[in-house]
Amino acid sequence: MTSPAAPVVTTAKIVEPTIFEISSPGRRGVNMPASDVPETALPPKDLLRSDLPLPELAEVDVVRHYMRLSKFNYSVDDGFYPLGSCTMKYNPKINEDTCRLPGFLYTHPLQPIETVQGNLALMYETQEWLKEISGFAGITLQPAAGAHGEFTGVLMMAAYHKSRGDTKRTKMLIPDAAHGTNPASTGMLGMSVVTIPSDARGNVDLKALEAACDDTVVGMMLTNPNTLGMFDEHIEQVIKLVHDCGGLMYGDGANLNALLGILRPGDLGFDVMHFNLHKTFSVPHGGGGPGSGPVGVAARLADFLPAPVVGIVEEAEDDLPPLYGFITPKQSIGRMKAFHGHFGGGLVRSYTYIAMHGPNGLKDISQYAVLNANYLQARLRDTYHVPYDRICMHEFVAEGQFAGSDVRALDIAKRLMDYNFHPPTNYFPLIVHEALMIEPTETENKDTLDAFADALIKIADEAKTSPDLLHSAPHITPFGRMDEVKAARELVLCCWLPEDYNENE
Amino acid sequence: MNAPSNLKYTKSDEWFDPASGAMGLTDYAQSQLSDIVFIEFLVEEGETVEAGKAIASVESVKASAEIYAPAAGKVTAVNKALSDKPETLNSDAFGEGWMVKVEGGVAGDVMDADAYVKYCEERAH
Repeated sequence: MTSPAAPVVTTAKIVEPTIFEISSPGRRGVNMPASDVPETALPPKDLLRSDLPLPELAEVDVVRHYMRLSKFNYSVDDGFYPLGSCTMKYNPKINEDTCRLPGFLYTHPLQPIETVQGNLALMYETQEWLKEISGFAGITLQPAAGAHGEFTGVLMMAAYHKSRGDTKRTKMLIPDAAHGTNPASTGMLGMSVVTIPSDARGNVDLKALEAACDDTVVGMMLTNPNTLGMFDEHIEQVIKLVHDCGGLMYGDGANLNALLGILRPGDLGFDVMHFNLHKTFSVPHGGGGPGSGPVGVAARLADFLPAPVVGIVEEAEDDLPPLYGFITPKQSIGRMKAFHGHFGGGLVRSYTYIAMHGPNGLKDISQYAVLNANYLQARLRDTYHVPYDRICMHEFVAEGQFAGSDVRALDIAKRLMDYNFHPPTNYFPLIVHEALMIEPTETENKDTLDAFADALIKIADEAKTSPDLLHSAPHITPFGRMDEVKAARELVLCCWLPEDYNENE
Repeated sequence: MNAPSNLKYTKSDEWFDPASGAMGLTDYAQSQLSDIVFIEFLVEEGETVEAGKAIASVESVKASAEIYAPAAGKVTAVNKALSDKPETLNSDAFGEGWMVKVEGGVAGDVMDADAYVKYCEERAH
């Protein structure tokens, strides 16, 4: 007897319990030896707690639990990861060697500078290279992530205006295609956000911009190429309009991967820009970090950089190398982070990546990133509507919907997982209906790009012939379709409550 | 498309009922946002709002959006029940999904239902 075809399974097939659920009292991972130092008194009782329910497991249970969890993961080391605006490029493994060199790994940021000259030289050189790549006059390596870099940049813009007695500037101009972090960084400083629409070609609407420019403008935050993957065709006019009303031009460097060795934002007239080392310069990311968001500034803002920056405190002499140390810019906005930035995780890896590629290699990166995106766009534009359809930069945005079909971008994204691809960014940017934002990066070869395009074209066909296959996707992953609404509405923020917790307080 | 003819509408997808002073976000807006999971009110009872000022911010599984007052006036009621049941905004945007009521409401830059339906259809392409 032949068995009927297996039904489509949409519920979770495997449930890995939490580490608390597999805990059993008395199980141990380690046995502590008897203390061989004198005991000291415990801190006062009101500083102690008796209700910390740490899980109790044997070492092998812990290892197997996390090994199983790690197998549910999907990373760029597994396959294609075209998550638009995130630049999920392959991170060369040589980075892992360099950032673990003992001289980098076993140092402390409070060591006397004479004992960490190699680290400081690397930081200095990284600053110099980022200046050369971007065309800016000064760099801070401190910010811990892109949004932190934005906040740092906006603080410097505010400090610049304040130093000139120009106190009525409170408005930040932000295009409707911007990353959500731009208005958030601005809002954290109490500034108001003026949204500037995009025109039909995906550029900043010049008329709307002109109307918004006045003497209350702090500046404009612009991503170029923008989140549609479009290079603004009037970028010089945009910058001139903002500068003419006394505003400063902020560049969101999230999309720098399109520009390396081709164009320098500083030369264009941008005053501030953050770099996402974890995007453009191969620092692993995803899962919330760690990022690294250095900020570059034009000469007129260099005095406001966070303190300290790395500089040469004693010039080189004859055979002796220079002495590197810390310098406080004259009108510094202060510290943005304890210590000096994500040194090993961010700076050493990025330094390695830049050194390994050199100027021509960096230019190749951007050219291949742009070529790959345009190749995919060309292969997909007849199947998926591309609302802003012109030569794109390193990414493009297609619509994940078809006339007369109830299939949505989310269904297409989930179905891609059944073809072993990470879905692209969806529902962003907000100005495109059912957006699928695809960024292949320079990492991928033509075979991978073709396989991905083939899968998306097949999925478009499935959307017509068997839409339920998409609505219930993914099918081959360890877990099926997640209930995003339930997850967002019924928040469980804690698996246990302290014993003295009173819900009515 | 659901757009009652007794209401006035903004380009940013809010509605205003000149008779009751109630305001909220439109059915079209909730369908674009999809499942709404959170609402935060930015005004309180007794406060005076200006047309175009943010009265609330909502979050859906897809996006977050500010809701701007379609009319100026003094706030007489805030629909706090939505905080516990934001899904009401999806199921009944023009009814139980009202957000704020004002007295002496003076509509800002608004259009009638026919114009709003046309405006939404244009944007769908």
